[in-house]
Amino acid sequence: MNKTVNQKAWFLVLPVLILVAFSAVVPLMTVVNYAFQDTFGNNKFFWAGLDWFSDMLESERMWSALGRQIAFSSIILAIEVPLGVFIALNMPKKGFWASLCLVLMSLPLLIPWNVVGTIWQIFGRVDIGLLGYTLDKLGIDYNYTQDFYAAWATIIVMDVWHWTSLVALLAYAGLQSIPNAYYQAAKIDQASRWKVFRFIQLPKIMGVLMIAILLRFMDSFMIYTEPFVVTGGGPGNSTTLLSIDLVKMALGQFDLGPAAAFSIMYYLVILLISYVFYTVMTNLDKREGN
Amino acid sequence: MEWMAWTWPTAIFFLIIAATLIIFTILAIKFPETPRMGVLRMETTRGDRLFIALLGSAFVNLAWLGLLSAPQWGALIVSFFYAVAVFRWV
Repeated sequence: MNKTVNQKAWFLVLPVLILVAFSAVVPLMTVVNYAFQDTFGNNKFFWAGLDWFSDMLESERMWSALGRQIAFSSIILAIEVPLGVFIALNMPKKGFWASLCLVLMSLPLLIPWNVVGTIWQIFGRVDIGLLGYTLDKLGIDYNYTQDFYAAWATIIVMDVWHWTSLVALLAYAGLQSIPNAYYQAAKIDQASRWKVFRFIQLPKIMGVLMIAILLRFMDSFMIYTEPFVVTGGGPGNSTTLLSIDLVKMALGQFDLGPAAAFSIMYYLVILLISYVFYTVMTNLDKREGN
Repeated sequence: MEWMAWTWPTAIFFLIIAATLIIFTILAIKFPETPRMGVLRMETTRGDRLFIALLGSAFVNLAWLGLLSAPQWGALIVSFFYAVAVFRWV
């Protein structure tokens, strides 16, 4: 039977809508207004039409920042998701050690972004940092301020250190909710460890895993503080990710128009990808419901 | 309000968006609907289709601006047909 959808409940979210209007909608409208105008400060604006958008679409700088951003997000997702699931699979199921693991896993998540950046900035230094000093003594040429690969390796390892726990904890919660009957059935069928993972555990944690991927994608796509504190976007522009480039453009150079056009495009990409994730997630839920 | 740097074109743009949202809200209350399965093999309501149409139109406009040197109203025409297709088949 098809049930009609009653949309009246939406009026109940009106207070939140008013709050969001001030914190998000008004600034967003302002950004749209700036994107079509030029300013030399003093609140004087001149109509610029679509010029900033064409400039940005042709800008080598924006495309390379986008390329680096996509590379960064893909790499950290490719490491954090399998690693997080692997850790969750190997964590103790109950008792003292399970609690201890959970506490230890949560620790990196509690540290503020700029502190994480500072920790790794010092940790990687060749003169006083444990990591940098050790690598240097081992004869590995590691200097994140001058070497492209070292800078990328540092920000990626830092992100993996900071956020793999989130994936692991979500996957762990998903694994804990699988009823024992499934494992018993698998045992009767003499299913291998891989088959248990592939046909029982993975489908059952798919929902939370999608949430983990969405959260990690969003966070990594908007990342600013951590790489900025560690590398400042360098060496050269090699770790200048989208938001770092955007801040440089808007606040460093005070190019409000181009920066506004840039942020609208940035926002559209995030909106698109989040919508795709959200749709996949809700469809997965519905399929599970059926 | 001066700091928001309003212009007529952007104000009209936001008024149209706001009017569309209000119309769709009224439609949803007056004529409740059941979600339907479209070509994307997912259930969509009118609101979903509006969102897909608007978001897609933004990308159509950007692609037009970046790839072609034709006047921008051409992108609006393409977006219109795209939106009609979305409401019909998605």
